[in-house]
Amino acid sequence: MNSATNRADILLVEDNATDAELTMLALNKSNLVHTLIWVKDGAEALDYIFASGAYSARKATDGPKVIFLDLRMPKLNGIEMLRRIKNDNRTRTIPVVVLTSSKEDLDIATSYYWGVNSYISKPVEFDAYVEKISQMGIYWLTINRPPPPIE
Amino acid sequence: MNNAMKEVEILLIEDNPTDAELAIHALKQNNLTNNLVWVKDGAEALDLIFSTGTYRENPITTGPKVILLDLRLPKVDGIEVLRRLKSDARTRIIPVVVLTSSKEDRDIAESYNLGVNSYISKPVEFEEFVKVVSELGMYWLLMNHPPVPVK
Repeated sequence: MNSATNRADILLVEDNATDAELTMLALNKSNLVHTLIWVKDGAEALDYIFASGAYSARKATDGPKVIFLDLRMPKLNGIEMLRRIKNDNRTRTIPVVVLTSSKEDLDIATSYYWGVNSYISKPVEFDAYVEKISQMGIYWLTINRPPPPIE
Repeated sequence: MNNAMKEVEILLIEDNPTDAELAIHALKQNNLTNNLVWVKDGAEALDLIFSTGTYRENPITTGPKVILLDLRLPKVDGIEVLRRLKSDARTRIIPVVVLTSSKEDRDIAESYNLGVNSYISKPVEFEEFVKVVSELGMYWLLMNHPPVPVK
């Protein structure tokens, strides 16, 4: 990882190491060339996205192509992070895909209310998980056109 | 054209009949067209979504799950349709995918600024077009969890 600029295609915000490893395995399986940064909690995610703390060398306008965001994390609630990303002019155009085990109506409704681009619920079963994440990666890295860099 | 509206899954807003027929063909290949409605200009799209004009007596009761929106439309252009959709509390949660021949940074940036969920440039080549529309249909109808209304 080039820590000076920390530019990545995908920012994965996920506290569960097993889920994170599975997600990364699935994305690699799809044979997509991509760079990925994994942050394990909300505070580190905010530092990355808003270019503070350990990630001050970044520019907040130099966003990833897509953020995959878990909702249930220590230190910061995923919905709160979504709200902050979508309410800041430097980051609001970054596609955010909530990737979560939650199917709670409240989580779904609130995510869409704050402008989530897409909501994906994690399958329980291994093969289905790998397949779904792989398809998700293909969509956001090759089908979707990400926003141009902010001037 | 006064069929009872009921449930709509895909709303296709596209003025070019060739592109529309191709898109519908691609979606049909994956059995995704059961509840597809096609309108050819921005004014009719707004009437349909907001139950005004000719659709006042004939409202959509459920959905759509996704709106496929061309940008170059007669009467009301696509950016304006997007602006109206994303600024109204009743409709801002509906996933909107811009599907357009435009690759202008200005259009892409403005779409994301207005809250578009996804932006796709129409491939020029026939087979690629069909493939991309198939993928987008599967993603937004089968993979993405659609919004539930905020209570």
